[in-house]
Amino acid sequence: MPIIEIPGLTRRSEFIWELQPRGAMRVPVVVYATEALMKGMDAKVFEQAGNVASLPGIVDACHVMPDAHWGYGFPIGGVAAFDEREGGVVSAGGVGFDISCGVRALRTGLPAARVASVAEELASELARVIPAGVGSEGRLRLDDAEMEAMLLGGASWAVERGYGRAGDLEFIEERGRMAGARPDEVSVQAKRRQRPEMGTLGSGNHYLEVQRVAYLVDEVAAAAFGVSKDEALVSIHCGSRGLGHQIGTDFLMRMAAESARRGPRPPDRELACAPIASELGRSYLGAMRAGINCALANRQILTHLARMAFAAVLPEADLTLIYDVSHNTCKVETHGGRALHVHRKGATRAFGPGHPDLPAPYRSVGQPVLVGGTMGTASYILAGAKGGGSPAWSSACHGAGRAMSRHEAARRWSGRRVAADLAARGILVRSASLRGVAEEAPGAYKDVTAVVEAAERSGLARTVARLEPLVCVKG
Amino acid sequence: MGVRGLGDTKEAAFEQAALAMTAAICDPGSVAAREAVDIECRAADDELLLAAWLNALVYEMAARRMLFSRFEVRLKSGALSARAWGEPLDAARHQPAVEVKGATLAELSVRRSPEGPWLAQCVVDV
Repeated sequence: MPIIEIPGLTRRSEFIWELQPRGAMRVPVVVYATEALMKGMDAKVFEQAGNVASLPGIVDACHVMPDAHWGYGFPIGGVAAFDEREGGVVSAGGVGFDISCGVRALRTGLPAARVASVAEELASELARVIPAGVGSEGRLRLDDAEMEAMLLGGASWAVERGYGRAGDLEFIEERGRMAGARPDEVSVQAKRRQRPEMGTLGSGNHYLEVQRVAYLVDEVAAAAFGVSKDEALVSIHCGSRGLGHQIGTDFLMRMAAESARRGPRPPDRELACAPIASELGRSYLGAMRAGINCALANRQILTHLARMAFAAVLPEADLTLIYDVSHNTCKVETHGGRALHVHRKGATRAFGPGHPDLPAPYRSVGQPVLVGGTMGTASYILAGAKGGGSPAWSSACHGAGRAMSRHEAARRWSGRRVAADLAARGILVRSASLRGVAEEAPGAYKDVTAVVEAAERSGLARTVARLEPLVCVKG
Repeated sequence: MGVRGLGDTKEAAFEQAALAMTAAICDPGSVAAREAVDIECRAADDELLLAAWLNALVYEMAARRMLFSRFEVRLKSGALSARAWGEPLDAARHQPAVEVKGATLAELSVRRSPEGPWLAQCVVDV
């Protein structure tokens, strides 16, 4: 059934759509999208968002970002807040397996033309120092004590161990260290899975890109973020690696088993969750926060490696952190005086101007929102919406969103051809897997510009700058 | 990404689902079945057991840096015991496209099917 004809769907404004509560739904579903994006959205997104809207303790609405596509449990691009005092729940499927997957962007202090002049050498050096792809291993091996310190300390731990600068921490959500982490709630299997993977990029849609600032839209915000037209930037997209994946697996299975035992079963098994005020809920939150710290530490180590690669090829470069955002999280935030557990799965926190958690240089313009695109199109820097942030619990989109399956993409494109076509356009791709390059072909994704336009016009965030790739190290 | 195993028996469907998961990562034909790993798991029902089986394989792949291409599954009253054969991952030769993060409970189903006659499927997160 075409999305637009779903019964109960109303158009609240040109870019905001609402599905009224029906059946077990306690609150409406609100979607932020253009008509074209709505028409291209899988109907399963609405089914999943409707199921989320039926969970106990949900507040206000289940919000759906313009890049949404169907996931498991929550749709990817789903945002939902729960009130512990009203029986609210926490859901492992509402965060995702790649806990705290996110993007960080760095200035290089160099014109893109200077970087482009040594692009081949830089691409090869980055590919040499950044462990990327399935089975790649980092140089760091943490013993039990160091693993615990990392899970408690996040990026702050990494900086203490010499990976990066103390000044980086101000420009990371939570100042680089998520409070409330419980390493003792993280399984032995999760820690074992992580041992060879500290400081690795991962695979699939994870990447390290060198990008050119193609144009600025909001020059005031760009100036506050220290971003100039035609400057080269570096963006890193990755998450909590094997540790986060195993935490997600462990708790999804435990929540499903507990739901089956406690009964009644949720409308959909994949919506397995636990009351926030339960032993299992608290265990998950403690483990998930440790997973957030793992992701923050991992991106910090990768930043250090990127700095080493630049130092070898472009010694005049100075990589300084713009910001680091996570787009798979559950965080306790105060909205309208209420403490809520806000799940963002494939959605970015986007605090508006004036929010006290923002670093001082950004407080007047709002939080940088880093939206990753494809290796052939563009990425964007947005800023949190004015007037107290977006209506979706201060959240915005996170990327382009897939338009077709990996299987279909690999059938349509050859990795060698995709890489050659990109090279002809001045974009160098380095990857251990040609099939991986085919599956990540730019044509396999939605139009990121349309997603960003929808985010802007529906009031989720403001566009600041467009970034276009020069070098892409693929996971 | 969805994986689906079809087989004459429930055990065969579980084995085929595992093979489909390897195919999501790389060409299973490129993975030599020369080292064996034993796996045991248990769950409250067949569907959670399928998820547990695939998750156990994901863990073994990650922890041992291996890929698997041959599987032998035995099921008895809510318990699975299996042997998986494979070899250490060789990125240049296997050209793995993605790592599987875990098996989800989405589209999770173990049932008799006209196509099978047994079907075992779920979505894996990559």
